[in-house]
Amino acid sequence: MKCLVTGGNVKVLGKAVHSLSRIGDELYLEPLEDGLSLRTVNSSRSAYACFLFAPLFFQQYQAAAPGQEALRCKILMKSFLAVFRSLATVERSVEKCCISLGGRSSRLVVQLHCKYGVRKTHNLSFQDCESLQAVFDPALCSNVLRAPARVLGEAVLPFPPALAEVTLGIGCGRRVILRSYQEEEEADSTVKAMVTEMSIGQEDFQQLQAQEGVAITFCLKEFRGLLSFAESANLSLSVYFDAPGRPAIFAVSDSLLDGHFVLATLSESDLHSPALCSPELRRLAPPLQAHSTPHLDDFANDDIDSYMIAMETTADSEGSRAVPSISLFPGLRPPCSPGPYSEDNEAEAGTQPETPPPKKFRSLFFGSILAPAHSPPGPSPVLAEDSEGEG
Amino acid sequence: MTSVSEGFPRGTSRQGGLRPGGGTRPMQWSQLFCPGTLAVLPADSWLYPAAGVSAMIAKLAKTCTLRISPQKLNFILSDKVASGGVSMWCELEQENFFREFQMEGVSAENNAIYLELMSENLSRALKTAQNARALKIKLTNKHFPCLTVSIELLSVSSSSRIVTHDIPVKVIPRKLWKDLQEPTVPVSDVSIYLPVLRTMKSIVEKMKNISNHLIIEANLSGELNLKIETELVCVTTHFKDLGNPPSASEDASRDRDPEQMAEVHIDIRKLLQFLAGQQVNPTKAVCNIVSNKIVHFDLLHEDVSLQYFIPAFS
Repeated sequence: MKCLVTGGNVKVLGKAVHSLSRIGDELYLEPLEDGLSLRTVNSSRSAYACFLFAPLFFQQYQAAAPGQEALRCKILMKSFLAVFRSLATVERSVEKCCISLGGRSSRLVVQLHCKYGVRKTHNLSFQDCESLQAVFDPALCSNVLRAPARVLGEAVLPFPPALAEVTLGIGCGRRVILRSYQEEEEADSTVKAMVTEMSIGQEDFQQLQAQEGVAITFCLKEFRGLLSFAESANLSLSVYFDAPGRPAIFAVSDSLLDGHFVLATLSESDLHSPALCSPELRRLAPPLQAHSTPHLDDFANDDIDSYMIAMETTADSEGSRAVPSISLFPGLRPPCSPGPYSEDNEAEAGTQPETPPPKKFRSLFFGSILAPAHSPPGPSPVLAEDSEGEG
Repeated sequence: MTSVSEGFPRGTSRQGGLRPGGGTRPMQWSQLFCPGTLAVLPADSWLYPAAGVSAMIAKLAKTCTLRISPQKLNFILSDKVASGGVSMWCELEQENFFREFQMEGVSAENNAIYLELMSENLSRALKTAQNARALKIKLTNKHFPCLTVSIELLSVSSSSRIVTHDIPVKVIPRKLWKDLQEPTVPVSDVSIYLPVLRTMKSIVEKMKNISNHLIIEANLSGELNLKIETELVCVTTHFKDLGNPPSASEDASRDRDPEQMAEVHIDIRKLLQFLAGQQVNPTKAVCNIVSNKIVHFDLLHEDVSLQYFIPAFS
């Protein structure tokens, strides 16, 4: 893989990496036919983020050396972020950025061509890995709202930077409400937290298709990651969501790139809270386990070499604390970039798998599930699955 | 402004404010309406002093007391540490800020409400109001007693945006009010105008690296010195030609040698905390020194008066 980013796009790439770093500690880099994808997932598997940069984003883009399979890799987010640590410096002095994988080096090479002939070369070690893909389909979500990132940026401004979770919902009069979400405190807690609520009229939104009273609660910190990217790129941000408990999809796109953040939402347990006309949401059992949900059928799919990460749906022993699920199936791509498997997608997209038998998955997982034709060439043995399986 | 037409209960009972102990009690509403404006409010607008004061208090202490009375709003910091507490008394005349102001205290003689809250919360709430078209503050009870700050923001689109902050408060019972009264301004030996606070702050910041023990001294000839003394080094910064305000007690000042310094030994960190919170140079800044007892800073920012007391090292 070899690609060259020039001019202002270097900063855009850097900003995307900054956004992804808010989610996970490992960056999955995969060159595809329709562009370079950068993906990550958080440790509790409750958030997934993906940026896809189209070939036109690059001055040069070569997914794979001719006659060879495309290499994909997983690198430490910290390492990759270090290359773009100071966006101000990147903007000021970097003229070109060249990323290459494969060839002579057993490292991911990121070379920054800066002003005055300065060249900075970063050799990052990587691990071969399976493809990290999520199944989600914004079209299946019953609610959507879209606004310029600036509007949403202003909307979250009154909230403290440390606030973990926020509730987004539609209130009376079709107003969009954002409210700080506090976990239930002990009854005797003397230090109560301040509650902040922001109410925005529907006129500020480019699209608002949602019922009054519907609301979801998600992690604000993770959302801020995508929001800051969208603000800097001056894009509109779309939010696709369903009932509480189902993952919410936050998306930005333009002709050269698109970004998706899929975040878990809290499930509801009771319905009141007249001000918001929405359910009052209760604490979710943390954290989601990394057990995956095998649908045995999927192993029969073409791209068996991709492995799965699934966020499971478990019924907690106490009752209705359902953890949202995003099932990642091999070979399926997000609908925004329809690929050859899109027909398979439609049947499986958005399905909620049942609680898996963990042992069974592990035994399948650790074994070789690579069809020989698809095994990635490369000197390093594939070790990634073990650590992923332990979760 | 939509909030004007809103009705609200007035004096539903003889009980004022909230009684401690929680539970459902008749609530007194105190509503403070602020003047509306259709312009973007610049930093030196009417709201700035209140927002600036609350930001400064947030730097000084985690919790502060808000005293609401018919004419005034007070921010009070009272440090009960036995070894020498610092206290701050800040006063706003409500008529300078609010278009409508209604409150009812516990009784006619005790016509005040004392609330304890986290200073950071109030500061953040008022910061949101920098671009407000209208602001409303209410005492409410949403599961727990709150100061609810509702802000209607300026918006380019036709629809308004409303931010609501519910700041949890603790109502202070009447028996504790005596500790929260305006401190008596001590009869000072020397009264002097302060130099530019930012200059003073940068000097004190550097001095802090050398010693925690600062000597502040001034005389009636407009001279103020900041001194630190250690075994290895003594550093003194001299400020001259500062001017002295006219003395309250003519006799005392006539008897005093104008060159004679009155000094107090104080903890430099307390002075630095105070100076660090002063973002804007005040309209008036006076320092009163009672030899070896206390330093009293008396500031005026627009219509907000601020008094800060630093006792001497015991």
